[in-house]
Amino acid sequence: MNRIEGRDKVTGRATYAVEYAVEGTAYAHIVGSTVARGRIRAIDTAEAYATPGVLDVLTYANAPETAVDNPELALFQSRDIAYRGQIVAAVIAESAEAARAGAAAVRVAYDAEPHDVTLRADHPGLYVPDKVNPSFPATTERGDVAAGLAEAAATVDVTYATPAEHNNPMEPHGALAAWDGDRLTVYDSTQGASTDRATIANVLRMPPERVRVVSPHVGGGFGSKGTTRAPAVLAALAARVAGRPVKIAITRQQMFDITGYRTPTVQRLRLGADTGGRLTALDHDVVEQSSTLVEFAEQAAVPSRMMYAAPALRTCHQLARLDVATPSWMRAPGECPGMYALESAMDELASALDMDPVELRIVNEPAYDQETGLPFSSRNLVACLREGARRFGWAGRDPAPGVRRDGRWLVGTGVAASTYPARRRPSRATATATGDGYVVRIAAADIGTGARTALAVIAAEALETTRDRVHVEVGDSDLPEASLAGGSMGTSSWGSAVVRACEDLRKNGGTGAADTADEIAGDTGFARHAFGAQFAEVRVDPGTGELRVARLLGVFAAGRIIDPVLARSQLIGGMTMGIGMALMEETRPDAEFGGWVNRDLAQYHVATCTDVHDVDAVWVDEDDPHLNPMGSKGIGEIGIVGTAAAIGNAVHHATGVRVRSLPITPPAIVG
Amino acid sequence: MRPFTYVRTRDAVDAVESVEAGGPDAMYLGGGTNLVDLMRLGVATPARLVDVSRLPYDSIAAHGDGLRIGAAVRNSDLAAHPDVRARYPMLARAVLAGASGQVRNMATVGGNLLQRTRCPYFQDVTKPCNKRDPGSGCPAVEGDHQNMAVLGRSAACVATHPSDMAVALAALGAEVRVTGPDGERTVPMPGLHRLPGDRPDRDTVLAPGELITAVDLPAPPGGRSTYRKVRERASFAFALVSVAAALDVGPGGGVRDVRIALGGVAHAPWRAGAAEEVLQGAPADADAFARAADAELAAARPLPRNAYKVPLARHLIVHTLQELLP
Amino acid sequence: MVKIELRVNGASRRADVDTRVSLLDLLREHLGLTGAKKGCDHGQCGACTVLIDGRRANACLALAVAHDGTDVTTVEGLADGDDLHPVQEAFLAHDAFQCGYCTPGQLCSAAGMLGEGGASAVTEDVAADPGLTADEIRERMSGNLCRCGAYVNIVAAVGEAARA
Repeated sequence: MNRIEGRDKVTGRATYAVEYAVEGTAYAHIVGSTVARGRIRAIDTAEAYATPGVLDVLTYANAPETAVDNPELALFQSRDIAYRGQIVAAVIAESAEAARAGAAAVRVAYDAEPHDVTLRADHPGLYVPDKVNPSFPATTERGDVAAGLAEAAATVDVTYATPAEHNNPMEPHGALAAWDGDRLTVYDSTQGASTDRATIANVLRMPPERVRVVSPHVGGGFGSKGTTRAPAVLAALAARVAGRPVKIAITRQQMFDITGYRTPTVQRLRLGADTGGRLTALDHDVVEQSSTLVEFAEQAAVPSRMMYAAPALRTCHQLARLDVATPSWMRAPGECPGMYALESAMDELASALDMDPVELRIVNEPAYDQETGLPFSSRNLVACLREGARRFGWAGRDPAPGVRRDGRWLVGTGVAASTYPARRRPSRATATATGDGYVVRIAAADIGTGARTALAVIAAEALETTRDRVHVEVGDSDLPEASLAGGSMGTSSWGSAVVRACEDLRKNGGTGAADTADEIAGDTGFARHAFGAQFAEVRVDPGTGELRVARLLGVFAAGRIIDPVLARSQLIGGMTMGIGMALMEETRPDAEFGGWVNRDLAQYHVATCTDVHDVDAVWVDEDDPHLNPMGSKGIGEIGIVGTAAAIGNAVHHATGVRVRSLPITPPAIVG
Repeated sequence: MRPFTYVRTRDAVDAVESVEAGGPDAMYLGGGTNLVDLMRLGVATPARLVDVSRLPYDSIAAHGDGLRIGAAVRNSDLAAHPDVRARYPMLARAVLAGASGQVRNMATVGGNLLQRTRCPYFQDVTKPCNKRDPGSGCPAVEGDHQNMAVLGRSAACVATHPSDMAVALAALGAEVRVTGPDGERTVPMPGLHRLPGDRPDRDTVLAPGELITAVDLPAPPGGRSTYRKVRERASFAFALVSVAAALDVGPGGGVRDVRIALGGVAHAPWRAGAAEEVLQGAPADADAFARAADAELAAARPLPRNAYKVPLARHLIVHTLQELLP
Repeated sequence: MVKIELRVNGASRRADVDTRVSLLDLLREHLGLTGAKKGCDHGQCGACTVLIDGRRANACLALAVAHDGTDVTTVEGLADGDDLHPVQEAFLAHDAFQCGYCTPGQLCSAAGMLGEGGASAVTEDVAADPGLTADEIRERMSGNLCRCGAYVNIVAAVGEAARA
């Protein structure tokens, strides 16, 4: 058995947010706006109050006042509607059934205004934001792109579209809130107990010390639980009003409305290369959306700034502010859609040059990060490409598209590169010797990554003991404050704090504590990124458009791998989500009514077991002393970066057709 | 969900009486896999549920040259029945292509036939839908219709019928046995499901209170049969287009018998009569199969974003028939 | 309210339920058995899978009142005391889960599936019994979504349990 909490998870004993048995808990159900833009004229709650079992109804008219600096969490503080599905009321009742029936009985009248929920590359409202996430410039330019394109032996000028995608963790967002006097406990489904506590306290205008967030088990997040979501705030407000604990589990359909999503993008790539394949120019232009409430600017073109050597490079992000919910973090935000476009364009460039796509990437390997001028702390993309080519059987590949047939299937292979930044954030931890072992405490989150187990491995190594003698406590904001599980920074951030706490313990005897803020402030002087290469073999029936990924191999260079079993699961998991992105994931905006058309798991398709065949992930050894005490890079996100491009490139190799819009569904092939 | 009373009855007579007594707000409950789903969405709002899942219609038995399948037989038991697997592979395949192992264990044969469209507008009570709320409009025509009907659609509704099993039953020429306030009758397949016309709220020809008790299969067609389904992922998804086909080729290479029905293209399982007519007695080859497919699809009236279904259906008909050649 | 009585994990359980209560909510909200998970509440994800009279089913689509008198096994009842069911052991051995939220449904689904036999949508000859190849396992487990993407390990685990 590998995972520390494994036995709890296979026996049903692992308890998730709304599963805590708290005496006297009532249930809440939300009511979402049915218009995409406008203002609430009136809310008639009489029928809802008359519904048997209903205790109370929260609306703008009666809800407690909160802070309003985060408009997605300022529940009931305004009559204004910014998107369809925005919370306008919540019904508190004795049972889940009564709360839902009560919610259906709330009558809301709106003064609706015309809305716009459709992103277009020529949207009249496009503008260049001041920065893109988290704090990169929105545009960059170096060298002379026009000249580089003009002098190129081969060029591509192509536009790719990626759709809105929803994180869809298996555990719907939910929270259970209980007040004890002026102290609040929230059992939440969150990627970071410390940051969740800070946000909840801020919205409720409370000192954080009086808020406790408990989240030992989290049923996935992939970014959507990285920021506090409405259920936590709503449960707290409802529990305050009802005078008893309240839990709220939103429905799968409501998740599509209020828990974030990956922005759709339209990306134009212009590449030029000389006869040897060396890039003469790279121009990456991104159009994406945000809400009218918050400027969320996905950094899709940022990886293009450092990925390859290019003497002339221009990148630009433009946003349209639509009548939509605010887009948010979804597995490898920025890198995932951006690298899909760049790596698809690189494949088109290889075709234009009649050059092997693995070799094209190798000849464009930069000696240093041309964006910052910094050396790479380590960079083994070439090793990943070569090792992947060897394992996959790439040698001797006939580049001709559309010529390999096996029965009704056309067969093709494709490659793409992966990358993701290797960063860390300040965290605190303690380590305590007990009679027969050690206890390590840190408010880390295990959202399925195996954080508990990885931290036990790290602590055991630092303490020169065995993993089974280390007890790790995570998932509680009463533990030492930690960064969230996001940006592939969890293990690097928490592990650093745990190592330092263990070192402190060994120095001092019985207990040790650490705060890595100062140490991490010194993380300068290098460009730190993980790299990888993905190889796909696809089978396409050109008559029906059916598309199967027969093989998918990822080779990654991500520093030292802390636990090979957990690492392989993480990487394969990202690649599997990448199969979904390539083949089926798409949330379609509803132009007429606002919001989305497809809002459940029968209409928003994620990969099933049947869609996933021979998928494997391996890694090359990488010794990088410039990262953290473990020498590790994050691996939670790089697995999804490049997958869709590798598959799309393989589809071209199989069929001769370039599909430049995701997902690649049967209509995309036969239509 | 609206509160409702739950009634379990001893036999069909009781059940019919109970639904009749409940008026228009009473409904039969089979496996619940679609009805409970629709009740939770607020699409179905029965005040009385009459549970017919435990009525004694849960067996499969020889019936003349064919089989009688009780309406309460679970989908998985239908697909697993030795006679169905050996003599009606098209039907076994169609059932196995639907939903998931769990849903097939729960869903009944009668309920499968009466499941409702998965059109996203139909399922969202905050949006108009002529099927759910007659006269409110059909947003799919101008809106999201990439998986909507290309055959037999009307201005009022472009929804498709989601059942795979019903497509095979239409190809096999099954008969649906019904009991109701006015006694028993049989309804042929195809024929149970309506085209939308200006009454898309009516999925079938069943009268209020009528209860499906069994499906009778005639003797299986000669030759070989199969079911092919194309969907957006490899499993656990509704059809974009599906084909149930049987082909019997005579010693001279001519078509002796052929059955073709399409799924995912219409408001009802679509028996491809025009295609069958072209093929009857024709040489069993790719040219004839293509002519047959074209004859059937000449009636197709796709919308802008579901036009792909026409070439997809054409290919699927031709390729499936080719696979059935001896 | 309707009085019902079921056997759950071998013990008789009585409840007085609103007709609207699903079997899933009966287990989770009334009987304190939160092992079966609510992922979609519409039979589209499989996280709520339990065994009803030995057969795998979506508890979210089952009305509690309609399952009076049935015998229900949840993930909490799969093990025999401290002896885990072979699929539980195999899931641990193959790291066949990450966040763990789909896991109870995967386990009950696998346990039910192993007893089913018959053909599937990927079986070449539906009249023959194909045996549990990896392709057969994938298709038969397709009603259980896993967003963490543990399918490769799930198939390996179920294959091992099938051979046990």
